[in-house]
Amino acid sequence: MAQRGIREYEGKKILFTGLARHLPSFKGKAGKLAPVRPDTDPKKLVKDNPWLLKEKLVAKPDQLFGKRGKHGLLCLNKDFKETWAWIAERMGKTVTVGKTTGGLHTFLIEPFTPHSENAEECYVAIKAFRDHDTIYLSDKGGIYVEENWEKVKETEVPILSRIEDVKLNMPEFGKRKGQIEEFVRALYKVYAEGHFTYLEINPFTFKGDEIVPLDLVARVDDTAAFECAKIWGDLEFPSSFGQHHTKEEEFIRSIDEKTGASLKLTMLNPDGRVWNMVAGGGASVIYADTVCDLGFSKDLANYGEYSGDPSEEDTYQYARTILDLMTRKKDPKGKVLIIGGGIANFTDVAKTFKGIIRALKEYQKKLVEGNVKIYVRRGGPNYKEGLANMRKLGETLGVPIEVYGPETHMTAVVSMALNPAPAKAPGRPVRAGGKK
Amino acid sequence: MKPELFTKDTTAIVYGYHVNAIQRMLDFDYACGRKTPSVAAIVNPGSEGVHKVFFGKGEVLLPIYKNFGAAAKGHPKADVVVNFASFRSAFDSSMEALNHPNIRTVAVIAEGVPERRARILAATARKLDKMVIGPATVGGIKAGCFKIANTAGTYENIVESKLHRPGSVGFVSKSGGLSNECYNIIARNTDGLYEGIAIGGDAYPGSTLLDHILRYEAIPAVKMIVALGEIGGTEELRIVEALKAKKITKPLVIWVTGTCSKMFPAGVQFGHAGAKAGSDLETADAKNAALKAAGAIVPDSFDDYGVKVNETYEKLVKKGVIKPAEDIPAPALPLDFAQAMKEGKIRKATTFINTISNEKKEELEYLNIPISKVLEKELGIGGVIGLLWFKRELPDYGRRFLETALILCADHGPAVSGAHNAIVAARAGKDIISSLVSGLLTIGPRFGGAIDGAAQEFKRAYDAKLTPEQFISDMKRKGVPIPGIGHRVKSVTNPDMRVTQMKAFCKKNFKSTQLLDYALEVEKLTTAKKGNLILNVDGCIGISFVDMLHSTGSFSKDEIDDIVNMGCLNALFVVARSIGLFGHIFDQKRLKQPLYRTPYDEIAYMTEL
Repeated sequence: MAQRGIREYEGKKILFTGLARHLPSFKGKAGKLAPVRPDTDPKKLVKDNPWLLKEKLVAKPDQLFGKRGKHGLLCLNKDFKETWAWIAERMGKTVTVGKTTGGLHTFLIEPFTPHSENAEECYVAIKAFRDHDTIYLSDKGGIYVEENWEKVKETEVPILSRIEDVKLNMPEFGKRKGQIEEFVRALYKVYAEGHFTYLEINPFTFKGDEIVPLDLVARVDDTAAFECAKIWGDLEFPSSFGQHHTKEEEFIRSIDEKTGASLKLTMLNPDGRVWNMVAGGGASVIYADTVCDLGFSKDLANYGEYSGDPSEEDTYQYARTILDLMTRKKDPKGKVLIIGGGIANFTDVAKTFKGIIRALKEYQKKLVEGNVKIYVRRGGPNYKEGLANMRKLGETLGVPIEVYGPETHMTAVVSMALNPAPAKAPGRPVRAGGKK
Repeated sequence: MKPELFTKDTTAIVYGYHVNAIQRMLDFDYACGRKTPSVAAIVNPGSEGVHKVFFGKGEVLLPIYKNFGAAAKGHPKADVVVNFASFRSAFDSSMEALNHPNIRTVAVIAEGVPERRARILAATARKLDKMVIGPATVGGIKAGCFKIANTAGTYENIVESKLHRPGSVGFVSKSGGLSNECYNIIARNTDGLYEGIAIGGDAYPGSTLLDHILRYEAIPAVKMIVALGEIGGTEELRIVEALKAKKITKPLVIWVTGTCSKMFPAGVQFGHAGAKAGSDLETADAKNAALKAAGAIVPDSFDDYGVKVNETYEKLVKKGVIKPAEDIPAPALPLDFAQAMKEGKIRKATTFINTISNEKKEELEYLNIPISKVLEKELGIGGVIGLLWFKRELPDYGRRFLETALILCADHGPAVSGAHNAIVAARAGKDIISSLVSGLLTIGPRFGGAIDGAAQEFKRAYDAKLTPEQFISDMKRKGVPIPGIGHRVKSVTNPDMRVTQMKAFCKKNFKSTQLLDYALEVEKLTTAKKGNLILNVDGCIGISFVDMLHSTGSFSKDEIDDIVNMGCLNALFVVARSIGLFGHIFDQKRLKQPLYRTPYDEIAYMTEL
């Protein structure tokens, strides 16, 4: 749950509807947005959007990346037939944008608005900060905004203020000044009520007296979904460009969405030797840090966490998924599983460990075959029972399990697992330092 | 605002009925030797009353209020709100609390509060010079004084981490889980924690790491500060500025987690919503380096965190800045009943035994048969009565016999005492249950009791091997009519078809009809005296019932005696007749019948008697 990028198509839909409400004079191009996906039927698209056959069009990929013009991914001023051919040629193709490579699968078609780049492209963006939102405005929009950043005028809107009470810092817009100011104030209202955290229109231009937003980048706060059901509609949160979720990541995400607890999994290297199954949003980061700090970042297979007192069943499913992934391929050096965590406040350690133990028993054979070593460190409610159960499992599982509690520094098991230092007796817990 | 948020007298209003967290707060109070519980009141929207909770060895009552306003009014000294409201309502309830003049500190537990709402909360708190801890936090703890909600987990952990008495270290982190871990590290490496706060993992926490570090700077009892930062955001850079500006002069041990992010593909969202590097300045490495350069004590990795804390502490002790706090043993907390049971330390005699049904299984069971199987096997009402009353799966004929009896006894017109009473009660405007029981309460020796009586008397005579003649003269001598014999209109020549059919059914299906045969012998003698002294339907049901139990072969003689003596046959009649009584009750209600008065001409007034 956090700030999430949304497609230009969805962003513009929210924008146009919102502007129409706050700015009666705004006509925009409301309704003239045609999304194209691999399964889109051109006949139906045209039937639903008759304007496609009447106007000159713009088409572009709609997958959360910018600088589309620079990468030749912009189709300008063409009729529908040419536009469709242009999309068809690119649909499903792999492209590299900046450092990221990914497949193209979603495009957006809009009416083409003729304008001259120099005079008529303006820039507006709104960004959230802790105490205020900042509105950025420039009369030099489009590709020129970055090189002309000093010309951008900034206005801070304090979080407790109404936009009506804030004086806008305006660049030299000449005769359009009043109209643009009205537009920006309405834009801010759409931004605030839609729980946007970033909204950039670069550029917006003019068609006669009308303001026409061209390219849009938007992020919203997905935790506001419960407040924004009406404004957002059925809003999709796509993965960032080039990012693929494996079947297992999707599976864990589906469990995560169904429970009040938290379950996360990100695959980093499926062939990695070091697997983490760590409790806690904060602790999980530290375990990953420590693996990297010890120089084993290339061996780190996954990032993930479970927290918020998940049920035994959910913990079982989570553990099972990781065990399945880590025992698919063998490594000549064997593999390491770290069942780590801090001292829980209210997560029941015995209960969550029950789920993990069930999964470990189920994968016993594969764990033995894969030469897996297991290190456990945990504290919190019922931890003694949980740790005792783990030790007991160690007697029969057939792979070594070393089990530690709060008396051992949280991340000490990482160095034990990866780098059994010859100076220390093997398996002896590294004390949390200092006196007892 | 004053740097100290909590004292040993601080009390809180807990918003949300979170009994475990409340108990843990009071257990902590007990560990600290607090005189009064730290929870003054509970707000549970929509309900009120009292909540009973342990305070040490005894119990206390905490008032529950329907809304926050009433709680605040009733407890003007409470200046902290621990807000357990869900992400949907956390904002409104926190704003209400913040705007109340009594309240200084609001801890918001909910995860998933919209960022814009959290920013408004933070700005409002600053405007009002108040403190918001969270959202998305476990809270915080001031050692020996006050604990928010579930912070620091179990009692055992609180004592292990020496949180029941103050030490010299101020701590702040984003993560709630890690804060508990760090209390452990601090306890093992210093004289203990003075206060610890988890600000929550969201992008815009109500109060920041720096806010709390500056508070610790201003509290004389805090001699050193320990903090844990996180990848994402620029909060730690504000700490760097404060260090440079000498606003922080006490030793600060700090580590920013997330150093692994450089190994990851861009855009990995870590466990916390705020934990995502938006720019190079927000990476853990950059922030650790900047903090170190500004004079903070920064370990090389989390592995050395405790070591650095220990070194810093020892230096301060050597300098005489810290006079190590004494270790005070915490009182032993009486073991919780549930916990002790779980650990097998105590046992308890139960007060009830139940052997017929179990709703605690995955599926409801009647006598160990899952309800779905009961339906699948089409056991019917007769079968269910067999399971729940007699604890047997009855054979098909037994189930059908019981259902036949239910059908036959369901109603007998409006004139009988049960139906009459039910009708009168229904017409008096009483509810259906009152109307039903006013009818049922007439069932006894004179009305409906013949089934039970017939079964008992005939069985007694048969078991005592009395001949039919002996039985009749025995009853005559006692001066009681034989139950189950005699009918108002039916007679030998005008037989009751219900009895005829039931007799045929029993003869056809039961393995033995010994008691029925005996009763028919008795009937031969009684009808010879008077034509209407036939075996009536009540008698037939009661007597055949005993034969049915015998026929199944699965009841011992004693069990059959028990079943008859317990009054199961009366129960059968009650269940059956309830159907009819409801029919009469609904009939009256449907017809909107007014209050019934017995007409005067029905009553003979003979007051002179």
